[in-house]
Amino acid sequence: MYGFTSDQMKNEEKNYILSLERAFQNYGEKNILNGINLKIRPGEFVTVVGPTGCGKSTTLRLFLGSEFPTSGKALYENRDITNCDRNRGVVFQKYSIFPHKTVRENVMFGLELETFGLFEPILNPFNFRRKRKEFVEEADQYLERVRLLEHADKYPNQLSGGQRQRTAIAQAMIMKPKILLMDEPFGALDEGTREEMQVFTLEQWEEHRQTVIFITHSLEEAIFMGSRLIVVSQFYKKENGEEGSKIVKDVSIPWMHPRSTEIKGTKEFVQLTEEIKYEGLDPNYLQEIGDFDLSHKDSVKKLSKM
Amino acid sequence: MKLFGLRTKFSRPAALALSTILFGLTLWIYGDYSSDRHAENPRDKLMPTAGQMLTSMGKAIFRPNVIKEYDDDGELIPSNEPETLREAYEQGKLWNMLKNGEWQLWEDTMATGYRVFIAMIFILFGIFVGLYMGLFPVFDHLLYRFVLFFDKIPALALLPILFIVFGLGETAKIALIVIGVAPTIILDTYLRVKEIPNEHLTKGMTLRANSQEIVYKIVLPQIMPKVLDTIRLNFKAVILFLIAGEALAAEAGLGYRIFVVRRYMDMATIIPYVLWISLLAFLIDYFLRKWIQKKYVWLHQ
Repeated sequence: MYGFTSDQMKNEEKNYILSLERAFQNYGEKNILNGINLKIRPGEFVTVVGPTGCGKSTTLRLFLGSEFPTSGKALYENRDITNCDRNRGVVFQKYSIFPHKTVRENVMFGLELETFGLFEPILNPFNFRRKRKEFVEEADQYLERVRLLEHADKYPNQLSGGQRQRTAIAQAMIMKPKILLMDEPFGALDEGTREEMQVFTLEQWEEHRQTVIFITHSLEEAIFMGSRLIVVSQFYKKENGEEGSKIVKDVSIPWMHPRSTEIKGTKEFVQLTEEIKYEGLDPNYLQEIGDFDLSHKDSVKKLSKM
Repeated sequence: MKLFGLRTKFSRPAALALSTILFGLTLWIYGDYSSDRHAENPRDKLMPTAGQMLTSMGKAIFRPNVIKEYDDDGELIPSNEPETLREAYEQGKLWNMLKNGEWQLWEDTMATGYRVFIAMIFILFGIFVGLYMGLFPVFDHLLYRFVLFFDKIPALALLPILFIVFGLGETAKIALIVIGVAPTIILDTYLRVKEIPNEHLTKGMTLRANSQEIVYKIVLPQIMPKVLDTIRLNFKAVILFLIAGEALAAEAGLGYRIFVVRRYMDMATIIPYVLWISLLAFLIDYFLRKWIQKKYVWLHQ
């Protein structure tokens, strides 16, 4: 497994679209991430769970480019991430869409920003109007897909939570980003809407196969949706003075997509949930670093502690 | 039905009646007191009757100021020039009078309106200062403390300095308003910008907005209704500084007039002028409020 030649290593590296290399993140004195290593292949649906305050969202922000590691690297296609950009779309739990724009305006906003300068309507009114018509059509296609076309002219404060998140997903997807980062997108939704949104998001992913990083605090959601599951936790046996979270579990999830919601009731599903809950999320169960279950084929294993 | 209940519901007529009580009471007490005083002393100046106020307002509105000329002995030189619209009409000089006459209320309102207008342009400029201060750390560090410091200086205390530096002209009066109100607007805009969740900036960047697009397409449209509300509420301060400036040095203006006629205890002019200023301020406030409600539907629904 560790017998790569350097050429093989390079070829392997090219296959990863996102990676963290020994990433540390401190907020003031407090260390949140303790040397995280993570490599993600294109097309993967990675779900990330972990106890409150473990730094799941921090990890996502490193990939997003709204935050940078205090030491170590965050890479997109093997280049340092220096800013947020259009290749990595994002859906937050709240504040994803702009309250002063209608649903349709929100969805087409990215296309407008990409094409028009600030003074386009004045400098080039003819082109502006023609292009805008195209964008409206394209936005309406996406709205139809997320089943929001009838609400296209409403403002966000007239929508339900689920509708808002569907708008946010359409808004991010219209840019055709290579990566979709989702930070507890369904955290504020009720149970029924939540399941509907899970199925909907999986449908979208199966159609486009963009890479998804999906942060959630619901273990069931993580197992149901992901093709790869990562548990980040601050609960493991630490050396003196060591602080912050590590990836304590990194596994592939056995069921093939597309999945039916019925698998949530199966014995295997419940068993996997229980296992991860015990190993990954129980603050009283402290594993040795060497004992972490990093069985996913892309997970970065370290034989010796550094 | 309980009158003082927390959730007492009033019918519309009842609510309206309740709202008019204090207005009616004020008018009634004034009228009663005023007529008592006039019964005692018909030349009372302190509490003019409604009729007297109407007459003096009528003069201010419909009768131009005629420049009276005096000879060396101080005797009034009789003039054939018309003094009222009717006289002018009879002499066939109506157009001439309308064109050349000095219409007191109109001139005063225009002089004051001009000052407010110029001051508002500077104050609106403050929105952009606050906007950039809130979004760009460089402007934040450069300006925040400075503006905060300026905001603490009581603007009225600066008035003598302004008069010394800028002379008694328009500049000093406009500067007083700007110095008095702009820091509040800047700081308020700044705070509104800071209220915008960071997610929106991130989101904008992932949708390919550059920093100017974030300023003008994401942040400004969101804070605009709230900033307009602040300007609306601070309009009172604008008028306040304006009247203070006009009281000390001016040749025309609503505030100037009040302070000039004070020398003659001309309450019949002062009271309607005060009401006129209040009415103007109320109307501006009203239309701005309606406009905000209409334009920013997304905020209210």
